[in-house]
Amino acid sequence: MLRSLYAHRTLIASLVRQEFQLRSVRASWGLGWLVVEPAIQIAIYTLIFGAVLAARLPSDDAPLAYGLYVCAGLLTWTLFTQIVTRGLDLFLSHATLLKSVRFPRSALPISLLLVTGIQFAISVAIFACVLLALGRFDGIALLSVVPVLAIQIGLALGLAITVGTLHVFFRDVGYTTNIFLQFWFWLTPIVYPLSIVPEPARSWIERNPLTPIVGAYQGAVLDGAVASFGELGPPAALAVGVLAGSWALFRALGADLVDEL
Amino acid sequence: MGGLRATGIEKTYRSYRRPGARLVDWLSLGRAHRAREKHALRGVSFEVRPGEAVGLVGANGAGKSTLLGVLKGTIEPTAGDVEIEGRAVGLDLGLGFRDDLTGYDNLIASGALLGLSRREVDASLDEVLAFAELDDVLGDPVRTYSSGMRLRLAFALATVERPDILLIDEALSVGDAYFQQKCIHRIRRFHAAGTTLILVSHDPSAITTLCDRALLLDGGLVIRDGRPREVLEYYNAWLARRTDGENIDQRSIGRSGTTSTRSGNREATIEDLVLSCEGQPRDQVVVGETVDLAILARAHAPLDDLTVGISLRDRLGNEVFGTNTYLLGVESPPIEAGSTFTARFRFVAELGPGDYSVTAALHAGRVHVENSYDWWDNVSTFSVLPDGPPRFQGTARLPIEATIEREDGPRDRSD
Repeated sequence: MLRSLYAHRTLIASLVRQEFQLRSVRASWGLGWLVVEPAIQIAIYTLIFGAVLAARLPSDDAPLAYGLYVCAGLLTWTLFTQIVTRGLDLFLSHATLLKSVRFPRSALPISLLLVTGIQFAISVAIFACVLLALGRFDGIALLSVVPVLAIQIGLALGLAITVGTLHVFFRDVGYTTNIFLQFWFWLTPIVYPLSIVPEPARSWIERNPLTPIVGAYQGAVLDGAVASFGELGPPAALAVGVLAGSWALFRALGADLVDEL
Repeated sequence: MGGLRATGIEKTYRSYRRPGARLVDWLSLGRAHRAREKHALRGVSFEVRPGEAVGLVGANGAGKSTLLGVLKGTIEPTAGDVEIEGRAVGLDLGLGFRDDLTGYDNLIASGALLGLSRREVDASLDEVLAFAELDDVLGDPVRTYSSGMRLRLAFALATVERPDILLIDEALSVGDAYFQQKCIHRIRRFHAAGTTLILVSHDPSAITTLCDRALLLDGGLVIRDGRPREVLEYYNAWLARRTDGENIDQRSIGRSGTTSTRSGNREATIEDLVLSCEGQPRDQVVVGETVDLAILARAHAPLDDLTVGISLRDRLGNEVFGTNTYLLGVESPPIEAGSTFTARFRFVAELGPGDYSVTAALHAGRVHVENSYDWWDNVSTFSVLPDGPPRFQGTARLPIEATIEREDGPRDRSD
């Protein structure tokens, strides 16, 4: 995979560039929106929730803590859903290309990762500035979540390839995935803390593989907690399994896939 | 470099009436068969030597485009494999263009698909633009281009470097005549330099002028493999046969090994074809002589809508002139079964010196595919001899006049 990534770096770079070019077409601010959008989002969550509505976390009484809590979960959740929902149309949106020109198909998921990764990096940079300004920036804790992020991205990519492949054959997959993601969002402690959820719902939410992942981000942002990897075993195993399964599925259906486009 | 070998290529398309049916097939692990299978290719094998130019011909649905897709690598065959030596390039790059991006951005993106870096594309930009003649609109979104302009840009980029194998789709027919000529010129130059060509076309003249071999596909099989002219004649005859259910008879005639192909339902048959000048049968005529061409034929069924057609072809198989009694507005009297009849054409041989072949056809109505009685490619051949020192080139002697006039002389300085 890494070797093919290097061999086709021109193609992958071109697909990524094309994606950003398409977004800046007929927009006078062009790529500026890549910065403005997440900045506004972060401002809304920290200021509106934290300052205007004065929502408080049970565990942390600082005025902006709730806003930071939401941001920690939401920015990473956005990365996750971006990968999955863009993965849904990964092959369909490149139908003519796949049908008319021979090129390594693995370039498509790789360029998807790079595009969403760049967007995510921009929002993380903005968020880091906010943390610095608030004096809550803890570099070591934040670095410790990088492996957690890798697990989440692996899971997202596996799901993206799976739904992207199946979507070509069954359009129902598109609707199902979007509904499923909505449920998943509310079943993950992103806008609420896990501690306020009563049993038995709480034990269900604890089984959600994203719960420990999101928990690690929130802990790192609010408490400067270094991610503990004990809880992350099951999500990591799941990510590896889904990724391997998705690749097998893609390989098995690859030939039929182009015929169906 | 440039060789290609296809071995036992099969391609089966599966389609399902409902998406659920596919799910049943998948979940039963192949025990349920809910798919409707379409066998686009049923075992195609052939070998192309480096530098050969091969045309793929056949009716719609014969499998030509599927085969080209398999050779290009965009369609994965169900069975069999393709070995390609060297760099193969297809010409439908323009299909991948993004409407909202500029011509330049699309060039860079398409270059990446060909494995060219941005710098490499930039380096050959002048050459690409010189060929495509699109300098002034390069910064405009491709959305504003015509289909011909897209083709020009894609063709110019795909052919900026000579590939070992060029796979040409019908896409080429999109361009205007000027650009088509330009493309064909470049394709010819590549071929002369050793590029292998694989060409899919419905245009017989493209096949005969560019290719030195043709494959006729039908029902996913190669049913004929030979010289383009022979294969095209067979194809033509075979097209007529599809409506008539008759056998095709192909054999060699004449000195140059020209093949004669005959088909039709034989409700009427061509018995003889006689070429004469001033009443004398001839197989050689001089440029400008008046030629009488008589087709002697017999009816085996009553014919009330008879059309008799002729066509002259040059040495390469290009049609020089063709017409029929329907197009000429000549009505045929009703002809009873068992009677004989003669159709006569008189023309002036304003033809360039060289060898020509005559094709004759008897059919009902306007076109031969509707109800073809007897279609006989290359019934006979004749030669046109020069009438003196050569005064023109080509196969057609057009009525022509030429003058040279002095518009304005140099100043007279003698005063």
